[in-house]
Parts: sequence; structure tokens; C-alpha cells
Amino acid sequence: MKLVLSEEQRELRTAVRSFLAAASPLPKVREGYDREVYARLNGELGLSGLIVAEEYGGAGAGFAELAVALEETGAALLPGPFLSTVFATIALTEAADKELLSGIAEGRITATLATGPLDRVINGMEADVLLVPEGDVLTAVELDGPGVTRTPLETLDLTRGQASVRLDGASLRALGPVPGGLGDRLAVALAAEQLGVLRASLEAIVAYAKIRVAFGRYIGSYQGVKHKLADMHCKLEQAESIVRFAAWAADESPGELPQAAALAQAYVGRACFEVARDHLLLHGGIGFTWEHDAHLFYKRAKADEVLLGPPRIHRSRLAELLEL
Amino acid sequence: MNLDEYQLAARAWLEENAADDSPESDPVVRSKEFMAKLYDAGYSGITWPERWGGQGLTQAEERAFSTAARDFTLPIYVFSIGLGMTGPTLVDRGTDEQRERFVRPLLRGEEIWCQLFSEPGAGSDVASLQTRAVRDGDGWVVNGQKVWTSVAHHADWGLLLARTDVEVPKHKGLTMFVVDMRHPGVTVRPLKDMSGRSNFNEIFFDDVPIPDEHRVGEVNDGWSVAVTTLLHERLSISAGVGMGTGRDDPTALAALREVVDTSDPLVRDELVELHIRNRALALFNQRLAQETKAGIFPGARGSAAKLLLAELTLYQADLGTRLVGPDSVVDGHPLSHAISLSPAMSLGGGTNEIMRNIVGDRVLGLPPEPRVDKTVPFKDLKVGTQG
Repeated sequence: MKLVLSEEQRELRTAVRSFLAAASPLPKVREGYDREVYARLNGELGLSGLIVAEEYGGAGAGFAELAVALEETGAALLPGPFLSTVFATIALTEAADKELLSGIAEGRITATLATGPLDRVINGMEADVLLVPEGDVLTAVELDGPGVTRTPLETLDLTRGQASVRLDGASLRALGPVPGGLGDRLAVALAAEQLGVLRASLEAIVAYAKIRVAFGRYIGSYQGVKHKLADMHCKLEQAESIVRFAAWAADESPGELPQAAALAQAYVGRACFEVARDHLLLHGGIGFTWEHDAHLFYKRAKADEVLLGPPRIHRSRLAELLEL
Repeated sequence: MNLDEYQLAARAWLEENAADDSPESDPVVRSKEFMAKLYDAGYSGITWPERWGGQGLTQAEERAFSTAARDFTLPIYVFSIGLGMTGPTLVDRGTDEQRERFVRPLLRGEEIWCQLFSEPGAGSDVASLQTRAVRDGDGWVVNGQKVWTSVAHHADWGLLLARTDVEVPKHKGLTMFVVDMRHPGVTVRPLKDMSGRSNFNEIFFDDVPIPDEHRVGEVNDGWSVAVTTLLHERLSISAGVGMGTGRDDPTALAALREVVDTSDPLVRDELVELHIRNRALALFNQRLAQETKAGIFPGARGSAAKLLLAELTLYQADLGTRLVGPDSVVDGHPLSHAISLSPAMSLGGGTNEIMRNIVGDRVLGLPPEPRVDKTVPFKDLKVGTQG
């Protein structure tokens, strides 16, 4: 089991982090999806093709690397169809559609995956292609093609849109089998993003606690604040350990993946929301304002926690896998 | 020999030698015999310098041995303070004469050590301690009281932190000594803890002499020596040296699932929560271990692991009793013992509040609390419990 990043993985993290800090800072995040940023993200860093096999023009990397990238896009609250394209790429594992995969790897095509009913599809307005599992078969539909109507939804999360998609005579192209363990792999990918949201929330409030003064002292010097931050750090340490484990299981240990994935969503999803919530609260009144960024993290954390279903499903999956 | 071979060899040796075949014999005698065998086999003081009796190997071999030893309960409890805290302190900070005199006999299981820092008036704030060591000719004379001293009733030597100057601020007037626990001026009184056991003691010093050669570090520099010891303490707690496997833990999921009604969805959800918390901490500990192996020193992050373990211990015993119900608190039920014992981890080795301060200050770099006790001479400071 590998829980510590390699030299190359640390370099990848640094590269993605510094790129996003420059190209997609929070004021820009509020403006929404920017194709220019994606073009550079994919062109300069090759992120869209990270887990696409080399034969289709990707980097052929594993979940360990993917988790590093998603942690950073999560921490930056990168808007647009990045996670949704990752979801679609994961779904294409066994239905290796050459045109789609090479398009994704080149950054020409963005995609999304129906993880529930079509009346709420993440990034449904931005993505070019929608993948829909129909029973055991993965199908694809061009979202700007005939017979497709998409309507933007008003979403809690201001940094990730959803759309209601209506298919009326649109042609669904059958691609191949839906890969086994798809839900587990989506759960791990999402947990990596949540780890990033958690980390960024904690970093933001720790930084504020070092400069904000009340009653003549920095608020971070009060145990009422400091102890809460210490507990939040403990959640971060455990969340990171679980994400590394789950990513390793996805790459190397399929037998452990179902439990690891359910654990990742059950623990990291909750921890991420709790830390985002407490980071907002510890900011005081300013944290409740529209202009402050705290609510962006809070809302992303909540939207992520329920993205794959009500969180209890991950707990009942664990109960099942533990044969309780 | 590569690491895997080292671990296999250690395991084979343990299977041969760590079997507890004479449970009726005196536990201290048994511990001493086992330590002597451990030393002869080259598994005592694995990372300690060869010059003082150690093996001069690395953390990697130490971890390999710990892994091999996971399924055994090594009878080395009476040496845990010496091996985990006082011995490493002497290796780090002692004089060559002190290392020569004390380290090898510890590693061979000939001498038992205890650590004498805490006092009735100085727990979390141990630097406010009041036991005095006063110059007496070439040496020192000690008077005062210590508390929470594990294995003191078996100890030959103690590592003692005492006040040598009351005119300076509290951290600057402390000195570290090695004290002879067999001296008649040392009274050891067992303290019964809330679980009914007597694993620790209170100690009274009445005019106990200490030669100056037994001073560790400079006069009034004892605090920096104590910090070394406390660092080793936290490391040895989180490393779990000599700890059992938890196979017999009545609060663990494996035990609870056998005795509760798992068809009840509420019970199932509680057990899932127990599993989640266990896995989260276990994976964190494994990540810290892998980082250490890779040369990344965990430092104060070890305090986060200790805090989480303390909270998990409280939670598990509490959950176990709630799930099992009335049976759990009568007739010597193992959970009854577990719930009585569970606060220990939150108090010993630094309370949860102190751990949170450490994580906040040293991991997150938060501003320290304003302190009134850093500049005032000790004699003008309020200490202990005052009305």
C-alpha cells in the first residue's frame, strides 16, 4: 500500500497548483467556465488526458496521479467540466471509444456522465458529450445534436453547474460495456476533489486566524478557535490518508476497492463539509456575505457530499461489505 | 540481509523466544530474562548507537522488528519507560560516562527506569514543578513529591526533573538528574487508578542525595532535556512499541459484532461508524510510518495521531457499553474494564487539550497564547491549585 506521494506526483501537484493559482484565482472562479483556461490546462499540463491510455494520446497515468490533480482542481474550485470529463473518462475504461478518448486527451472534447436521472446532469450546459449507462451498455449522445434540449438548473454550488437534459428523438450511440466498479471509481475521484476543498478551506481560515485581531489578540491564539482548527487538521490528515489508500486500491488492489471507495465517500465527504462549514463560521459575519469566498467552498462541499446520492448509501454499502 | 529477511528472522526468533510459557513466575523476573535474551539476539536498542550497546541500525529495521512483533505481547512492560523515554534521553543528552554506566544495563534488562516529571501541582504545566534540588558540597539534595510515575515500584533509577533556581522564570530554573530509586529517602506509594489497577505511583523525596556526575545537561538547562524526553514519549506512544494486536480488545468491531444484534439497522450504522473511525486513524498512522521510512519526520503531527487515538479510545468503550447494554457494566464484563480504562489515553502523555495546542501552534503555526509565566521569576508565580 502506498500512502505517500512520489517525487513525480509531488511535481505534478506543484505544477497544477501554481498553474491554477495564476490562471484561475477565486475572483475568476466566480466568472465561471473559461475555455481558455481549459485549453491551457490541457495543452500545458495535459490534464484532460491524464488517465487516458497512451494509445489514445493520453498519459496513461493511474488514480494516484488523478487524485493529485483533482485535489488541486477541487482546492481551486475550478469551474467547468473537469470532474465531469474525468467521470466520463472513467466510464469509458472498457468501452474504449477511440474518437471520444483521443478527443478528451487532446482537450477538444469535454464530456459528462449521467450519475442519476437526466434532469440533473453535472456540467450539462458546458460538456460536448453526455454518456448514459443504459443497463450494462454505455451510450453517448452529442449534447448540441438534434433532439437534445438542455436547460440550466439553478444550483446551490455556484462553481459547478447542472443541467436538465431532455432527449427527444436524439440518437444514443452504444459504445460498449459499462465497466465494473464504475461507482467505486467515481467515488474515489470525487473524494480526491473533496480532499482539495477541505484542505483549501482549512488553509483559508488558518491564514485568517493569523491576521484577524479581536479583544487585542489574534483570534488564532484563542483556544476556542485554535482547538477547533486542530480538530479540522486531524480530519485533513485522515482524509488525505484515506484518499491515498483509495487511489492506490483503484490502481493496484481491486479487491480492496469497494470498501476503500465507500470509506472514502463516507469519511471524506462528511469531513469536507464539516471543515468547510467550520471555516465559514470561524470567519464570523463576513463569512456569511456574498462577496466573501467562504460560501463558495461551503456550497461546493455540500453539493459534492450529495453528488453520488444521499451519503447514507455509502454507509450502508460499508455495512454490506463488512457483512454486518 | 535485506529488510524482508531481517523481518522474517525476527519473526522466527520471536516465535521461538516470545512464548509466554511461565505465566505463574514473577513478571519482573520474566521481563528481565526476556530482555537479556533480546539483547543477546541483537534486538535490543535496534537504532541505538553500537558504542553504548545498541545495534546502530536504522528506523527501517526498527519498524521491521515492530511489524514482526505485532502478533506477540512482549513481556517488556517494566522496561517501557527506560526504552521509550529515559534511555533515548541519556543517549541524546547524557555524558559519555553516563551512557557507559546506564545504557547497556538497560538494554540487557538489568536495570529498570522510571521518569519523574509530573507533580500534584504540575501536570500539563510540568515546568511549574516545585521539587527542589539544592547544592550540597559537590552534589545535590532533593526534596519534594512526584506523581503518575509508572513502574516506579520496580525501578532502580529515575530520570528526575527538579527546580534548582527560583529567582529566574520557571523554564530557566530546572535541572535534570538521575536519581537512585533504592535510596532510603525515596518513598514509593502505589496509586490506585479508576480501573482499580495500581500501575503508577506517587513518590516522596526526603533529603535524597545526588552526585553531580548524575546531572544530565547543564545546571538550569533541564527543560530542554525534558523536551527531548517528552518527544520520545510521544513517539513511543504512537509507535505502540510492545503493544498487543488489539485482537482481545472488547471494544473492537470484531468483538462487538459477535455480541450485538446486527439485524438492527441502528446498531449496524453505529458499527459502520466505528469501522470508519478505526480505518481513518489506522491509515493515518500507516501514512506517518511510510513518511518516516521515506525520511519525512512527522514531528508535531504525531500529536494529532495521539489525540485521535485518545478520542477513539473514549468513543469505542462508550459505544461498546451502549450497544451491549446492562450486561456491560456488571459481573466483571470486559467492557466494564474498558470504559474505566478509556480516559487514560486522553490524560497520559499530554492531555487532549495540550495536544490541540501543539497541533495548533506547531503544525498550523497559529499565534501562541499570551503568557504571564514566561518572564516572572518562579518565586513570584502562582502555581498548582490555589483558592
